[in-house]
Amino acid sequence: MVDARGLICPMPVVMVQKAVKADKPDTLEVLVDNRCAVENVTRFGKNSGYQVAVTEENGDFRLTLTK
Amino acid sequence: MKKEKLIVILAGIVTGLAALVLTALGNPANMGFCIACFERDIAGALGLHSAAKVQYLRPEIIGLLLGALIMALATKEFKARAGSSPATRFVLGALVMIGALCFLGCPLRMIIRLGGGDLNALVGLIGFAGGIFIGTLFIRRGFTLQRNYPSRAVEGFVLPGVFVVLLVLFVAVPAIFKLSTEGPGSMRAPFFIALVIAIVAGALAQRSRLCMVGGMRDTMMFGDLHLLWGFIAIFVTVLIGNLILNKFSLGFAAQPIAHSSHLWNLLGMVLVGWGSVLLGGCPLRQLILAGEGNGDSAVTVFGMITGAAISHNFSLAGNPDSVNEAGELVRGGVSTAGKIAVVGGIVIVLIISLLNSRQEAKRNG
Repeated sequence: MVDARGLICPMPVVMVQKAVKADKPDTLEVLVDNRCAVENVTRFGKNSGYQVAVTEENGDFRLTLTK
Repeated sequence: MKKEKLIVILAGIVTGLAALVLTALGNPANMGFCIACFERDIAGALGLHSAAKVQYLRPEIIGLLLGALIMALATKEFKARAGSSPATRFVLGALVMIGALCFLGCPLRMIIRLGGGDLNALVGLIGFAGGIFIGTLFIRRGFTLQRNYPSRAVEGFVLPGVFVVLLVLFVAVPAIFKLSTEGPGSMRAPFFIALVIAIVAGALAQRSRLCMVGGMRDTMMFGDLHLLWGFIAIFVTVLIGNLILNKFSLGFAAQPIAHSSHLWNLLGMVLVGWGSVLLGGCPLRQLILAGEGNGDSAVTVFGMITGAAISHNFSLAGNPDSVNEAGELVRGGVSTAGKIAVVGGIVIVLIISLLNSRQEAKRNG
């Protein structure tokens, strides 16, 4: 799980990039709180070979990256 | 082509067109839009500096922020938040402005100048890319200004509120402001036309996340060219427009409001690129984020306006080339104080980069 709430870009993508590089997970949950981060993490996830699903939770966004 | 990519290209084209139109309507050459120059003019209009040639309450700055605010409210993206190292951001904003005014333009004007054939901007672009690259090295080793936190909605309306008050005062009692009668500050597109154009550009910049720093940063860090398309779209639009209007003039000397001190054009933009990448976005993006309710970006804008005042009060800003009465070229450049300020600024940005990367580096080590 990457909690990138309260961070503006590029920080959420940097955190996801680190998590993907370190663990090469099949699934990764990412929490962000702004749409710009949703778009950027989604783009990074897709470019890295993941499918990305987004759900909104109390004003935050949960992105689920799946291989 | 994906919708996301289309929007960023459209935002770039509209920004480029806006720059061309605003120049045709009276704004200074190669300066249809410049966040640094126009915040400097606002600082002058408020009497924060007394450089008589650069004082005007530029509606473009107010319009960009209000356009972003309107779009963010309409799309429910407005979120008041703050608390991510605001004092550091204030200082970085001031330093970015000092670097930009040494070069004579923010990253947006750098592209606009390049589209007008000003090769000094190419030197600036090299420095800008170098500054961004250095900044990304620190981000990779853990640099962060920490998280922001939700705050009351009023926090997000502080900068828009200040700008609306200034707008109303300017319309109601313009005599209270200091306004240039000669020089760049006296060259103005009609107030309300400029305001409306900027509102449209600001709304599109909010939707597209247009950012002059973001394009290069994301390309360097993630191989993501998305935002770079906006950067390229502005350049191509301005270039084609200038060629059609016969305003394209390739060269270094006597370019509009520019100087050819290569080292200082380069280092000024190193400071801008490095500082902006630490802030998470270029001066334009800071205005847009402030319109989305980000109090930290609002503080950055206040820092930039303060940096502009410091630049002119201590003669740190670059002096543009000019032509004297005999028709001879008088070369501009950067004062000794300006050179010291840019080098000092780079040192301070290095210290900020190191001190805010340290904990992560220790943990990793």
